[in-house]
Amino acid sequence: MSTSFPVTGPRPAPALRALLGRLARRTPRAAAPAATSRSAALQAFLHNTAAVGAVLLLLLVLAMALLAPWLFPGDPLDMVATPLLWPGQDPAFPLGSDSMGRNVLAGIAHGARMSLSVGVVAAVLSLLIGIVVGATAGYFGGLVDDVLVRITELFQTMPSFLFVIVVVAIGQPSMAVIVLAIGLASWPVIARLVRAEFRTLREMEFVLAARSQGLSHLRIMLQEMLPNALPPVIVTTSVLVASAILIESALSFLGMGDPNTVSWGSMIGEGRELLRTSWYLCALPGAAIVLTVLALNLVGEGLNDALNPRLRNR
Amino acid sequence: MALELTPPPAPLLDIRGLDIQFRGARGPIQAVRGLDLQIHRGETLALVGESGCGKSTTALSILRLLAPGAALRGNILFDGRDILAMAPAELRALRGRDISMVFQEPMTSLNPVHSIGAQIIETLRRHESLSAAAARQRAVELLDLVRIPEPQRRLDDFPHHLSGGQRQRVMIAMAMACRPRLLVADEPTTALDVTVQAQILELLDGLRREFDMALLLITHDLGLVAQWADRVAVMYGGEKVEEAATAQLFAEPAHAYTRGLLGASLHGGRELHYTAERLPEIRVRTDADTQLRDFTLHRPVAPRQRRAPAAGTPLLSVQELRTDYPTRSGGVVHAVDGVSFDIAPGETLGLVGESGCGKSTLSRTLLRLLDPAGGRIVLDGTDIAPLGARALKPWRRRIQMVFQDPYASLNPRRSVFDILDSVLRVHGVDQREERRQRIAGILERVGLPADAAARYPNEFSGGQRQRIGIARALIVRPSLVVLDEPVSALDVSVQAQILNLLVELKEDFGLSYLFISHDLSVVRYFADRVLVMHQGRIVETGSHQDIWQRPQHAYTRSLIASVPGAQHRLAA
Amino acid sequence: MNLLKAGRVLRRTLWQAVPTVIGVVILNFCLLQLVPGDAADVIAAESGSATAESMAQLRSHFGLDLPVLEQLGAYLNNLAHFSLGTSPRYNLPVTELIGSRLPNTLLLMLAALGTALAVGVLLGSIMASRVGRWSDRLLSVLALLLYSTPSFWLGLMAVVLFSVHLGWLPTGGSASIGADLAGWDSVVDRLRHLVLPALAMSGFYIAIFARLTRASMLEVSRQDFVRTAQAKGLHPLRVTFGHVLRNALIPVTTVAGMHFGTLLGGAVVVETVFSWPGLGRLAFESVMARDYTVLLGILLLSSLLVILANMLVDLLQAWLDPRIQLR
Repeated sequence: MSTSFPVTGPRPAPALRALLGRLARRTPRAAAPAATSRSAALQAFLHNTAAVGAVLLLLLVLAMALLAPWLFPGDPLDMVATPLLWPGQDPAFPLGSDSMGRNVLAGIAHGARMSLSVGVVAAVLSLLIGIVVGATAGYFGGLVDDVLVRITELFQTMPSFLFVIVVVAIGQPSMAVIVLAIGLASWPVIARLVRAEFRTLREMEFVLAARSQGLSHLRIMLQEMLPNALPPVIVTTSVLVASAILIESALSFLGMGDPNTVSWGSMIGEGRELLRTSWYLCALPGAAIVLTVLALNLVGEGLNDALNPRLRNR
Repeated sequence: MALELTPPPAPLLDIRGLDIQFRGARGPIQAVRGLDLQIHRGETLALVGESGCGKSTTALSILRLLAPGAALRGNILFDGRDILAMAPAELRALRGRDISMVFQEPMTSLNPVHSIGAQIIETLRRHESLSAAAARQRAVELLDLVRIPEPQRRLDDFPHHLSGGQRQRVMIAMAMACRPRLLVADEPTTALDVTVQAQILELLDGLRREFDMALLLITHDLGLVAQWADRVAVMYGGEKVEEAATAQLFAEPAHAYTRGLLGASLHGGRELHYTAERLPEIRVRTDADTQLRDFTLHRPVAPRQRRAPAAGTPLLSVQELRTDYPTRSGGVVHAVDGVSFDIAPGETLGLVGESGCGKSTLSRTLLRLLDPAGGRIVLDGTDIAPLGARALKPWRRRIQMVFQDPYASLNPRRSVFDILDSVLRVHGVDQREERRQRIAGILERVGLPADAAARYPNEFSGGQRQRIGIARALIVRPSLVVLDEPVSALDVSVQAQILNLLVELKEDFGLSYLFISHDLSVVRYFADRVLVMHQGRIVETGSHQDIWQRPQHAYTRSLIASVPGAQHRLAA
Repeated sequence: MNLLKAGRVLRRTLWQAVPTVIGVVILNFCLLQLVPGDAADVIAAESGSATAESMAQLRSHFGLDLPVLEQLGAYLNNLAHFSLGTSPRYNLPVTELIGSRLPNTLLLMLAALGTALAVGVLLGSIMASRVGRWSDRLLSVLALLLYSTPSFWLGLMAVVLFSVHLGWLPTGGSASIGADLAGWDSVVDRLRHLVLPALAMSGFYIAIFARLTRASMLEVSRQDFVRTAQAKGLHPLRVTFGHVLRNALIPVTTVAGMHFGTLLGGAVVVETVFSWPGLGRLAFESVMARDYTVLLGILLLSSLLVILANMLVDLLQAWLDPRIQLR
């Protein structure tokens, strides 16, 4: 009676010291590298300079948002300077001032709070709804799936920005309503994604194995399937936050944002009157939006590359 | 008297010192090393090896179809011209006209948005100046040549209208369009059913003889080699380890690896049964300094005393089992249509059938992953078919399954320990220490290293993952294990190890097996009794000898006839 | 693709669209019910007099005191007669209002979509053919930048550059007011007014199509049938155009269809920035005027437009991809 040891195992030959300097022996195809384990993914992400730069930029924005009340105490809507100063004219107001003498830099710093908080909370809301709907539809199939798909389609058919406007118009333009509106408009994307993943995973043999052991539905969905469905969801989350920020800025640009707070979009909206002469009032907050959203998208790409090793060689 | 020896004719294709290197994630990978190979006109040369040996890479390099990152060195001489040194225009003229290629996956090798006629005509008009009408006529003739019925009508069909075997015929038609002198066939039948396989190879052989064409056949299946090849070259790890005429190689294999392959391959037409002997296992040791490989064969000893299957009440009795699938158009398909059989304690029952016969549906129904439409599943006296989820729970322990795909049957996000641990927890083993001990015990028993528990599935090879799957099935100490194509996705040498392991475990744990496979040769080796399944029904039952020697049903006979190597080719 | 297949595809998509249409209508009705205050409040506010009797009179006149289900019935009845109600602000039927603005929005959207497709697919193909090299990286960064830019800001900056500083193009409106142009001059004038808004709106979608085309072409290039085409000795250009492109464009059409709704939404901001007399601006004005009838009418109609666009995309896909089976 013998215990056989596998011979085509993942044991690459040690680095050669052969005199001829020949190359290391090839690892057999069957020995797949640990490309999806967490540390490998993290390493791949850290190698991506663009993604790391984006994370740093985001941390900077976050820091600015968190520290705004200390860096620029008081209400950013207070008139503190001579109106219509260009950036660089007055060192006390490095980014200038608007038609009512408000500090543009203070506005941008406080605006970051609004944009980031709306972006993150709306994204979380979309995630929650989307994951629950998508997982249930993908796992159970049949009638449940049909009904949920119909509901998803319904929300996707309505143009999302119009829907957001309608909801905000009906409710009060407060941050809570805005977050609700954006969350309700954005969850279908996540739901479709999660449903597709769960439908694939449902047929995989390790899920069959779990079912054959008699595990409960909830257990299988949470323990076996969800961790495998997460990578594309994680990637989409950063895009979700980015699009939430864009929607919020469009809303406040139109004047439908929270009237008591400063937002990048509202700054652009107010600066529109003076586009000919003081176009920096529109340009600077817009640049802040672009940079933040760009950083989020870069992080999303970095995550995609890290979590999807198959595409890494490109 | 001086003998006048005519010099041997110059080879059609002469590969000299071929070296192929890829850029890997951790440095360069040497895929092929110092390969010398020659093919002569009109002969079939088989290039044999297991996954990763470099045979497909070699085949692709002949037409320089490898990805741009590959570095090739050496010479590939065709008719005196070096393919590796050719200018792009010259190479493109060569492709499809002098040398053609047929690939492994017929499903994806044809462009789905163009009709098959358009794709054949494209080849024709690329290399020959033909009018549209003339090209169309030639295309019809080519489809007829590869025996596609109603070629006129099928010319405008799209690839998805054809079956896998028919698509492969279309690929062959495209390859033959300009009467190439060399046809490279890269695993042309691996993705096809066994009966279709035989037809395709017969077609290729016929074309070779009719057009005096050379055929380079890439395969991992020694049975095919025995039946169809004139000469054989065996590869391992990017190097050629042996080359000989077919009859010679099979009669007196020189290299240890070849001997191991032949011994482990059940397609050689030999009559082997697990009760008589175990399969040989190949061990390779590479010297770190010289990079030389040392091959040894290890054949476990079959114990003299073995427990015969117990007579009396069967462990599992399936009676008139039916499972239905709803079809898209609203009807039902009887995937399992009134199946009945028994398994005695300690017995291995083999179930053989081609894809679509219902064997997977049957195995899933037995494990109650699907609900039967009718019939009984009597496990140790109790009918488990109608039981609800809660009542079924204690029975789930008794019957376990090992799945086919080592890459899909383990959750990639959980460690081996977690996978085994959750199985024990579900079945009520509450003590953490007891679980830990059982996990360590079973891992050792299936031949995995002690640190395997902490690692993740994708750190293991295919064979090792299958061992983990076996550990998962056995850790709860079942009575019956359903093995659903457990070795179909594995290389022959790894297959031998897993089959040996399964036999051992059956003896040690007193298990019964239901062994499901599409491969009649493997079932014949491994099973005590055999069932043949076709279109949802059992068409024949018999002992492993009777099935082979005295097949009753026509379908069984056709299955046996299709097994590669069932009739050896005599040396020409 | 023959007429028979087209007919079958149309029938199938129509059948699938029906539940969605019903859902949209019901959702719209529910939103209408949620609106704070009702038409009576608005009219009373406009007219300046609001006694309890006059409000009750107005309500019964408009049928606002009937139970919800009857109101739903009345609403559906109106819809069946292609009526979306009357705007209290403009005093016009909503359908007439929308009808006068819809062509302008469609013009803008089609111009934006067309530009985005043309430029995006072109850029994406270039990126895919030069994958990994610096031109690919540069274009990818540019695409990502466009993807991150809000369309209204892009529009404003375009106005600053092209209208204010360079004076090449007008700052807003869809045609020059007052100038009495005819024939070719009128067309050119309209086109000049179309350029900046279309550009602003298309920026985001250029990025989407470019990235998608790039990814799709790379994905298709890896497929087996491309290798078969090379093994037949075909020229690389022929492989790209004859084999890769046609397959790669299929997901592009899907995405184009998916974004029709976002395009409509984006029209709101762009039309506001450029004072473009379209549906988007009408929606904005009705929000400001608390004219919910018009607002929800626009929501309903645009949802129906999206459904229509999806049907067209289905047809297009069935034409491009012979694998799409019909039952």
